[in-house]
Amino acid sequence: MRQPEPSADYAAQFAAALLTPERAAPAAVIGPRGNAAARRFNVYRNNVTVSLIESLIAIYPAVQRITGPDFFRAMARAHVRETPPNSPLLFDYGRDFPAFIAAYEHAQAMPFLPDVARLERAWLDAYHAADAAPLDAAALAAVPPERLAELRFAAHPATRIIRSNYAAVTIFSANRSDAPVARIDGSVAEDALITRPADDVVVRRLPPGGADFASRLIAGQPLGAAAGAAFGTAPDFDLATNIAGLIEAGAFTDIRFEDA
Amino acid sequence: MRHDAPPALCPTLPLRFPPPLGGTAGTSFKPAHLPAILAEPPRRGFFEVHAENYMGAGGPPHRQLEAIRKDHPLSIHGVCMSIGGPQPLDRDHLARFRNLVARYQPSLVSEHLAWSTHDTTYFNDLLPLPYTAATLARVCDHIDQVQSAIRRPILLENPSTYVAFRDSTMSETDFLRAIVSRTGCGLLLDVNNVFVSAVNHGFSPQRYLADVPLAAVGEIHLAGHSVQTDDDGAPLLIDSHDGPVADDVWALYAGLIAQHGPVPTLIEWDGNIPDWPVLQAEAAAAQAILDRHAKAPAPEIRHAAA
Repeated sequence: MRQPEPSADYAAQFAAALLTPERAAPAAVIGPRGNAAARRFNVYRNNVTVSLIESLIAIYPAVQRITGPDFFRAMARAHVRETPPNSPLLFDYGRDFPAFIAAYEHAQAMPFLPDVARLERAWLDAYHAADAAPLDAAALAAVPPERLAELRFAAHPATRIIRSNYAAVTIFSANRSDAPVARIDGSVAEDALITRPADDVVVRRLPPGGADFASRLIAGQPLGAAAGAAFGTAPDFDLATNIAGLIEAGAFTDIRFEDA
Repeated sequence: MRHDAPPALCPTLPLRFPPPLGGTAGTSFKPAHLPAILAEPPRRGFFEVHAENYMGAGGPPHRQLEAIRKDHPLSIHGVCMSIGGPQPLDRDHLARFRNLVARYQPSLVSEHLAWSTHDTTYFNDLLPLPYTAATLARVCDHIDQVQSAIRRPILLENPSTYVAFRDSTMSETDFLRAIVSRTGCGLLLDVNNVFVSAVNHGFSPQRYLADVPLAAVGEIHLAGHSVQTDDDGAPLLIDSHDGPVADDVWALYAGLIAQHGPVPTLIEWDGNIPDWPVLQAEAAAAQAILDRHAKAPAPEIRHAAA
């Protein structure tokens, strides 16, 4: 009978034990003179868990500031063990963290927290998004008024919309720095527009109807249909101000008339 | 396999030939230091970045790296290729690595003798492997793949380890020597890793340095470590990269340079990152050792007096 290659499963043995503290260290590992190496193996366990918790802290600093570091570390540790990264690009990690927070027993008193996390995840996606020159406001002035309703926009790669039933934008903005936070009424619904017009990511609050309008334009629907949806949500929707605001924020790169 | 053309170079970035590093000292590049770095005239020395931090599509990280690369030699240091793992390399990651090297034309490219991915899980740590004929063959095959993707040799870094494997049949230095001769890669000799592993496994770091194929060493790393204790209460050094280089490591390094001459040397500092002048001072300490053992400079060409 052929012997299996010795230790071919070293990675499988490590992998099974790294994120499972109750499992014994792999039988294949030893200390000097063949001694036991449980504490030594724990260095790897600790490196893996702590470094992944720290990668979540780096992505979600406002969530950490709101919960406090000890709460955050416990919540992040549970998430890391349940859902470790499946890509070596750590700036892509934590996409499931907002949903994890929403279901996390101890975070139920902070119903706004998952939306703040979604905002932070969108901020980082905008930060790493492909470079593109934003649409020049002058391009719109050249469109004949009778064709405006058919006009479609190409979204900038960084542009994101996050909608919340809570004051997620205000809470996010107040907690992304070390400045003191004044009392916030968390129950006011807020929608966010995230863009990167130059090198800096910008997060701004959209007015009522603004998110319906912007998300339709980002999806490639014509201006007339997007405006119709916005007026349906908010009868006092200000079309001119909203379109100018989106262009000034760098939400788009181009305009066209045909369906892409 | 489809080969995508590397992305076009940014027109604002006139790349010169990758400058040779000679006997210079460099530091890890940390974005927080960029304003301080740009406020000074370009310094002698190089910067090293972790490849994966610059694998996003666009945005500020690329602006920062372009600003650094414009006036300084660059070293691209991969940390997640998982060269030491039993499974095939991640082709997407290899393509990203190739594109990054093509875009920034670094003076040095390096990776680790370690693994970090199993199945689809990425563990974000440099995990150890047993040294056997089978792992040697696989590591060499992985290095061949990386080198043919980027069309240049890499430097492979010796690991710091906390455990050994029952099944290992070769010493680490024999393993590294065999890799160098089979693949033509160079070595990134991390002197702190040598010291950490020597203490952790009870061997002589001087002996390790005598056994390692020094002619293949194209870069040296120096970093800080921290101290814990192992299962038997003996000191266990942790390769933490979060403080100054230890005196023992400086002594090993100075001896090595005195004996073998200058090699580009990097100060790694990844946690508790200090202000730029502190990091710069650590690099200046390495530079002083390199300069002490530099070959006499070529005589200057004298222009006839007018």
